[in-house]
Parts: sequence; structure tokens; C-alpha cells
Amino acid sequence: MGMQGAHAFAAGMGGMRTAGDLVARMQMTRGMRLKDAKEYVAGKLGVSVMDLHDPLTMTERRGELQIGRIVDQDAFYAGEANAIEAKFRIADVLDVPINCVERFKDHAGWAAGRA
Amino acid sequence: METRLPTRMGDGSLVTMTRSELRRDIEEGTLLGAKRAKVAPLTDDELEHLLEIFASAAAVVAVDLGDQLILSCDGTGSQAVGSRVDDMRHWEATLGPDLVEMYNMDYSYKAVKTIVNYEQQLVKNAQFMVTVPLQYGAMPDLGRYTQPDGPIPNWSTLLPLGRVAEARAAQEEAVELSVADMVFVADHMWEAGVDGVDFDTAGAAGDGDFLATLRAIEVLRQRYPDLGIQVGMAGEFVLGMHGELEYDGVRLAGLWPKEQMKLAAKAGATVFGPAVNVNTSKSVAWNVARALTIVKPCVDEATIPIHMNVGMGVGGVPMTPYPPADAVSRVAKACVEIGRMDGL
Repeated sequence: MGMQGAHAFAAGMGGMRTAGDLVARMQMTRGMRLKDAKEYVAGKLGVSVMDLHDPLTMTERRGELQIGRIVDQDAFYAGEANAIEAKFRIADVLDVPINCVERFKDHAGWAAGRA
Repeated sequence: METRLPTRMGDGSLVTMTRSELRRDIEEGTLLGAKRAKVAPLTDDELEHLLEIFASAAAVVAVDLGDQLILSCDGTGSQAVGSRVDDMRHWEATLGPDLVEMYNMDYSYKAVKTIVNYEQQLVKNAQFMVTVPLQYGAMPDLGRYTQPDGPIPNWSTLLPLGRVAEARAAQEEAVELSVADMVFVADHMWEAGVDGVDFDTAGAAGDGDFLATLRAIEVLRQRYPDLGIQVGMAGEFVLGMHGELEYDGVRLAGLWPKEQMKLAAKAGATVFGPAVNVNTSKSVAWNVARALTIVKPCVDEATIPIHMNVGMGVGGVPMTPYPPADAVSRVAKACVEIGRMDGL
């Protein structure tokens, strides 16, 4: 197990397996400290702060909100939003602009009202 | 006779120590850190907690459920298998990073500038494929601007000759070039759709290196209010290679993490990563006690998230290419439960 794996097992939120990526977005874009960022994300998702750390709860909630789930050999979600598609929805759910989503809209002509 | 417990040295080697020996190392580490950084040592409760973490014989230790924090993984991926976009996707799916970082093997903004269009396209491609936030990272790397690699007279050769004024002028000139390159690359990354940029090992070449980073951040914050900006420091205090450089009226030479963080936040950073170097001849327990003592005041007064640098050779993680999981997990647990970090 590499260093990243050890950190992940010992102390990591779990990224897309839970809500770690969403909490990270609030830290990165809004400079929120950990407690504030967790509470903000929990409020937006309609779950408890503890739920944010639970892969089962979050896999279900992420599916309901179409904000991206881990894709692997046991669980393909081709009929759901993931990657750039999911980030459109994450921007709405968290109420923060996501740069690549804004650029996608712009390059596709949607920013000019083509949607 | 006291039981001997398996534990690690700062170079990663496996040794055994008694509980009393571990306690002595932890006490010595915090007192030394407190003396060096002129801060308070860890409290008795914190020392006892740290001892419990290091006296455990478990292969891997962990924080309590609900106490997990954010992992910002600078230098995501091995770059040894598949493409760099594959690295982002593979890590996202298997290693649970909360954000990923695209980087070039020549981890320097000056080097990236010459291939920025190629790097831009990779970032753009990756952003179609990943869900977690993606930042681009490199080093400010002020030394790269000096002769023979760069155009500026080399202050490391001027200073031993006593040519202090020339050495200072060279650093001031390099700062201007470095700011321009970091802003240039970040501009292009923003255009490609990046979520954030990482200025990693800031201050590696001293106070000029840190000044260039702060000034680049200031420009980028004004241009891009929603850009994530992470600063990861190179060491525990800023080396005074110039000695007289200031940012916002504060002299940079000799700053410790709390003051470093304040300036980074003022410039516009959204995440700050303090770094404390590892002493390889001391135990990991000694190193963690010292590192947390130095960084704790920074966390206490932070207005932005603090992501402690806990990669190879910093923050207590052993200085070896393959840091053992038993040591890494103890560092992580201590950073959460005693250091109260926002991320690693």
C-alpha cells in the first residue's frame, strides 16, 4: 500500500465514495474550513454531517441527485450523470460556479441562450 | 522489564522502543519545536494522546468515523502506467482522493511555461473525465532563473564572495520573472477549465521564492475570484536568502507557519499547507511531536483551511520513497486528533 492509500485509510473522507470531493470544492473555491465546509455540503445535500462520511448513504444520495458515483466493475452507471455531466449538477446543488462547466456551456453556445 | 514496541525512525527504519522511551522522545520533540518556533509546547493531554497513538502495535491506525478530513493529493498519480489523464481517473476511482492534481514531471512553473499548451489540453481532457475537483500544480522554483540554467546572476555564487548587493538585486529580478511565469501558466490553466492551482514547495529558494508566490496569488485572486489557490510550503521557516524582502509590510525572512499562513490568506490563497522537515535520525514520534507543536498556532488562528504537508520527509512522514503505512497512518491520525487540521 502506498502513502496515498495509508492516508486515505487512516484519515481521508473518501472522495467520490462519500462526499469528500464536495467538501473539497468548498474549501478550494470558498476557503471554508473543514467544519464549515462539511455543514454547508450536508445542508445542500439534505443529509447529516455524519452521513457525508458513509459510502452507502452517499452512494444512494449521489445517485438520487445525479452528482456522480464511483464507476467500477461491480457498478456501472452508464445511464446516470458522471464526470463533466455530474459537475453541471454539482454546481447547482452546491451553488458554486465550476470553471469547466461554465466553459463547456460557453463553448457549446449555451451561455448565449442556445439551451 | 518494559515491553519493547515496534516503531519507526525518521528514515523509515523499523526499531523497537519502550513506552518510556517513546514518551521521552515525544516530550523532547515538543520542547525543541516550541523553543525553535517560539510557541507553546503541546499540553499534557496532547502528549498523552500522542503516546497512545505511537504505543499502539496496530499495523494501521485510523481516526474515528466522522472525523475524516480532506486529502489534497499534490502530484496525483504514478506517471508510470498509462497516461496522466488515466492517473486522475484511476486515483479518483480507487484511492479516494478528495481532489486530484495534474502535474508535469518537471514540476516547475518556469518549465511548464514552455509547454503550456500541451499541459492545457491535458487538463481540459481530464476535466471531461473526472468528477472530483482538479488542480494544476508546480513549484515556483526561483532558483531555476539563475545561471547557468536561467538568465539571472546566481546569488548562491555571489553571496559567498560577499557581493551581497548584487545577490539581492539578482533575486529581485528573478521574482519579477517568476511572478510573470506563474501567472502566465495559471491564466492558461484557467482557460482550460481547471478548478485550482497549487504553488508547491513555496519558499524553497528563500524569501524571494515566497514573495513571488504571494505576488502571483494576489494577481490571480483579482482576476479569478472562484479559482482555488493552494500554497504548500517547502520548509518550516522562510530562509532569508535576500533578507530584506517584505510583503504587505512584513519581512519574509524567518517567518514560521502562523505568519506564513496569514500572508498567504491575505494574498488570496484558499488553502495553506505548512511544512515541517523530518529529522531522519530521530523517531517518527519525536518528529510528529515537533511538527505539530510548530504548526498548531497556525491552525488555531487560520482563516482558511490548513492542509499539513505530510508527504515523504515532511510532517513526520519518514524520508524514504516508500513510507511505511504504519508510520503514515500514525502521522495522519495525530494530524487530525491533535493537530486539528482541515486536510492533508
